[in-house]
Amino acid sequence: MILDPSTHRNLQSRKRFDALFAILCQSAAWVGVGLLVIFLTKIFIDGAGHLNWKFITSELSQRPGRTGIWPAVVGSLYVMILTTAISVPVGVAAAIYLEEFNRRKTKFINIVQLNIANLSGVPSVVYGLLGRVLFVYAFGFQQSIIAGALTMSLLILPTVIIVTQEALRAVPKSYRDCSMALGSTQWQAIRLQVLPNALPGILTGIILSISRAIGETAPLIVVGAASYVSFLPSSLGDKYTVLPIKIFDWANDSKNEFHSVAASAIIVLMVALLFINSFAIYFRARSQAKAKK
Amino acid sequence: MTVTPQTEKAVVAGPEEPRNRPTQKHVSLHLQRRIREGGIKLFCAMCAVLSIFVTFAIVYTLLTQALPFFAKVNLKDFFTGTEWQPTPEPGHYGILPLINGTLMITVGAGIFAVPLGLLSAIYLSEYAKPKVKAILKPALELLAGIPTVVYGYFGLFFVTPLIKQVLPETQAANALAGAIVVGVMILPLVSSLCEDAISSVPRALREGAQGLGATKAETTMKIVVPAALSGIVASFILALSRALGETMAVTLAAGSNPILTFNPTKGIETMTAYMVNTSKGDIETGSMKYLSIFAVGLILFLLTFSMNLFARRMVAKFKLNYQ
Repeated sequence: MILDPSTHRNLQSRKRFDALFAILCQSAAWVGVGLLVIFLTKIFIDGAGHLNWKFITSELSQRPGRTGIWPAVVGSLYVMILTTAISVPVGVAAAIYLEEFNRRKTKFINIVQLNIANLSGVPSVVYGLLGRVLFVYAFGFQQSIIAGALTMSLLILPTVIIVTQEALRAVPKSYRDCSMALGSTQWQAIRLQVLPNALPGILTGIILSISRAIGETAPLIVVGAASYVSFLPSSLGDKYTVLPIKIFDWANDSKNEFHSVAASAIIVLMVALLFINSFAIYFRARSQAKAKK
Repeated sequence: MTVTPQTEKAVVAGPEEPRNRPTQKHVSLHLQRRIREGGIKLFCAMCAVLSIFVTFAIVYTLLTQALPFFAKVNLKDFFTGTEWQPTPEPGHYGILPLINGTLMITVGAGIFAVPLGLLSAIYLSEYAKPKVKAILKPALELLAGIPTVVYGYFGLFFVTPLIKQVLPETQAANALAGAIVVGVMILPLVSSLCEDAISSVPRALREGAQGLGATKAETTMKIVVPAALSGIVASFILALSRALGETMAVTLAAGSNPILTFNPTKGIETMTAYMVNTSKGDIETGSMKYLSIFAVGLILFLLTFSMNLFARRMVAKFKLNYQ
């Protein structure tokens, strides 16, 4: 049968297809990397001209040559810190309840779980609508930092819960058994054994969700973050703007000079995100090194 | 509330305490612990239930704002009208242009991201050596971590000029650029979800196929991909629902011009872009324009929610098959 020339040709074409398919898959995978490189280069070429320390620390201005981004940076910082302070305790507690206190998967828990998964898929702009009705009007926070931060907290809450659950699940069951066999209560086992061991995983996940929130723009526009403030926000009730909103505004501006300002602001935002994410990478590397020991 | 371990130890190991007989101190300590445990558990439970509350709050706010809108705008006109013109009052509210814009972006992004994402997932799971994987995966994660507004910038100032070189009549903001950048944005999602699905196919299936003489490509296309199909389809749906809800990139790159067109070189407006563009301006609370963003939000929410629910169902089914 091997000597039959038709089979031979058939085998050859099959092998050719095999090689071609491998090349196709490989090039598809590298498209992503290629795009990343092109994007970063484009941003750098467009934005490097404006970038200096004065750009970061100056006030906003209507003139492209003069404007800085400091109020937007401060606004982003406020929103980020407040969002973290609200969503992390709530999210971690919810994850502890779902993973630790309720190991039997009752029907109710399944519903909560499915609901969280679905919430994480709700478009961010819809959270903006919720925030506008709930926090801006019903709670009377107006267009303040606190209204924006609360909206952002609800937005990242599902993600925080999901990543924390994953980290908790990775801690072996024996840790809990051991601790409780030595007479600890369940909470003591969680606090003294499970949480410290899950901490790197939890931190990694939380940092990634926060960095997602920093880049998020739509819900803050809907809850009424300003696109221009002439002063630095000093309290939680103040009007504010954030870096992504300024980028959106400048990119949309009719003056061409503002487009390169937008690119400079993008560089600042991306560097900040990279800096924050490097912590996540560090924690992940450390926990992996620890797991190897 | 907080009893430190030291004080607990001191109480338990106190010198005069006779063993085995519960004393006043034992009982109160036990009680204290139970109250504390109960309190913490209750707090955690409340946080978990909060997520249910959030869902209800979303549905409630969307409904209470959208219902007055639908009292004034006929449902039939809303779903079949081809003109979306909120100003001047009373305005025309036919959602078809917005739906059409959203679908153009979603379908376009899908055409770009689905084949590329699937092929790169196959490469990552079946072909790539660990060293190559160590470069590719972080790069894809970085791509996924870029803020959406930045993608909008790429659409406006990188993709559109490229399109203009081929099609000179292209508008500054156009559906094609929007679809491409959204496609790039969901590419990492498609790729990582598909990879999860493909790599959870048991090895035995691959070995069986190769043992019967199939090439690697044949094994992948005829055995592995069909076996992972429900997971793969679920990841497509999840990614498309992300594209559907994507806001900033399309607001920048695809424009704010709600017209009913199938020409991808023209500016359009998606449902999400309408919500952002309208909220940016000064709108009077309770006005028709204000209420309309909630009506649009309700439609968007229902669409993405049902897509997600469907995808999760498929994933759950897929997991049952291989466990």
